[in-house]
Amino acid sequence: MTDTQTHALLGIQRPRRPSGVSNALVFGWRAALKFKYVPEQLFDLVMTPIMFTLLFTFVFGGALAGSPKEYLQFFLPGILVQTVVFNAVYSGMGLSTDLGKGLFDRFRSLPIWPLAPFAGLMVGDVLRHLIAGAIILSIGLMLGYRPEGGVFGVVAAFLLLFAIGFGMGWVFIVLGLLISTPMTVMTSGFAFLFPLVFASNIMVEPATMPEWLRVFVEVNPVSLAATAMRGLMSGAASLQDVAVALIGPAVLTILLAPTTLWLYLRR
Amino acid sequence: MTDTSTGTRLPRAGEEGLLAVSARGLKKRFGEVVAVDGIDLDVPKGMIFAILGPNGAGKTTLMRMLSTLAKPDGGSAAVMGHDLLNEPGEVRASIAMTGQFASLDEDLTGRDNLVLLARLWGFRGRSAKQRADDLLAAFDLSDAATRQVKTYSGGMRRRLDIAASLVVTPGVLFLDEPTTGLDPTARQGVWRMIRGLAQSGVTILLTTQYLDEADQLAARIAVIDKGRKIAEGTSRELKAQTGSGFLHVAIHDPMQIEKAAAILEARLKHKVRRGVEGAELSVTTDSPKDASDAIASLIDSGIEVSDFRLGSPSLDEVFFSLTGHDAS
Repeated sequence: MTDTQTHALLGIQRPRRPSGVSNALVFGWRAALKFKYVPEQLFDLVMTPIMFTLLFTFVFGGALAGSPKEYLQFFLPGILVQTVVFNAVYSGMGLSTDLGKGLFDRFRSLPIWPLAPFAGLMVGDVLRHLIAGAIILSIGLMLGYRPEGGVFGVVAAFLLLFAIGFGMGWVFIVLGLLISTPMTVMTSGFAFLFPLVFASNIMVEPATMPEWLRVFVEVNPVSLAATAMRGLMSGAASLQDVAVALIGPAVLTILLAPTTLWLYLRR
Repeated sequence: MTDTSTGTRLPRAGEEGLLAVSARGLKKRFGEVVAVDGIDLDVPKGMIFAILGPNGAGKTTLMRMLSTLAKPDGGSAAVMGHDLLNEPGEVRASIAMTGQFASLDEDLTGRDNLVLLARLWGFRGRSAKQRADDLLAAFDLSDAATRQVKTYSGGMRRRLDIAASLVVTPGVLFLDEPTTGLDPTARQGVWRMIRGLAQSGVTILLTTQYLDEADQLAARIAVIDKGRKIAEGTSRELKAQTGSGFLHVAIHDPMQIEKAAAILEARLKHKVRRGVEGAELSVTTDSPKDASDAIASLIDSGIEVSDFRLGSPSLDEVFFSLTGHDAS
């Protein structure tokens, strides 16, 4: 670069320091760009829920509920919860990758709101949940699922879904900060997610389970989330259903958001 | 080096406003390992200042502390007049850090990377894009602007990384090993860029493991080893401390090594360093004449010299001369 170029380059006036919200939106924009530049991740995101919905409905549906159609009515709100819970892994993996490459060193040396990069990850999460949720719902509708709660019920259910995803997001962000290899973030995350998701009422009612397991399933936050989702989508949710479903995400956020900040800033 | 005016003079007491970086007794421990063990540093504004040291000397840790990425376990420092511990936000607003590993989003294009940073600094909409394009043009990356960074060569990444540090003009630019891993052409390019920035008034604190890099770029050099600063000065001063050159002598008969070392030490009045292979000796010499006299005495004493040469000290030799032990 020539001297004149350098002078022109350095003569620039500094803009006013932007707000934390503006910082967060920039990171949200980055998350959205990832969909454009790394479309591969959409494949996982789209295929897994399609497979689960079809397999469970047609393979187990008849045996579990008499007919695939009847089972779908029970299962669809649950598979939405399951998908969102598993989706949270992407943020953690992305974070672990970024940290390994020194990208976050750049962010940390900028005068920005320290939580802004994480808010951006959350934006990416919401987009993922929205894409995956919309696909599952569309397939469900095609196969004969009917949300009796109507448009309002579905919208309310999706909002609850985002809250659940938001809570789970912190788990993987913390794992991403603690674990330096993205693959390990995924495997260790799944190691605790699988029992949590399968020992819930997402796939089957716990009536036939042994006593000790039933006790766990009934208080499992994933079950509470699935129950509230079913209620909202069928239009039969009580305020209490929704409130207890929100306890899990709220507790996770209260515990893990400060943990995130602490882990991030102490490095 | 051409800096005869302000470049080499350190500000005196009362002139602290002229310092871009001022550190006292900085310390950082990782478990049992003391990475930085009480370093004092004064970097005058507008200067290229190099921190020279081998791998593991504590260079990166020192840079990370000064750029607020790592918290010191002891000591204090001010960057552009802001206290590192009490005003980290102000410090961040007045610096830019280019780490050892490209701090870029590889999935994004070069342009998107710069737009992202421009927006984080507060440029809006069109002006963020304009800023990104100006930087790309200045760093000769316009053609690659819309390519993902993962397709960039090492030299291009480095250029983009430095461009990313100039979205707003920093008071101090920290460059951690800016040319490590680059081929000679790319290295020259980065050097030119660094000189250009310094000429425009940006203070640059860089680390390097290459003596010639420090020599080529920096007005002042601090040599650090095992977390401590062992010397500081202009490159000329450091070389003077090491002697004008280094005499390397290969002795034919290994049995005569000790005798030869004793003669060299007596004649040249400097400690003799025994090479790793055993049959080579190297020693600081104050002038070529001293060196030639010393060789003559070796031959007069009946020692068979199989090879000798006079060269500038390598980093290893500067280290040996400064510390009395090898860098590794």
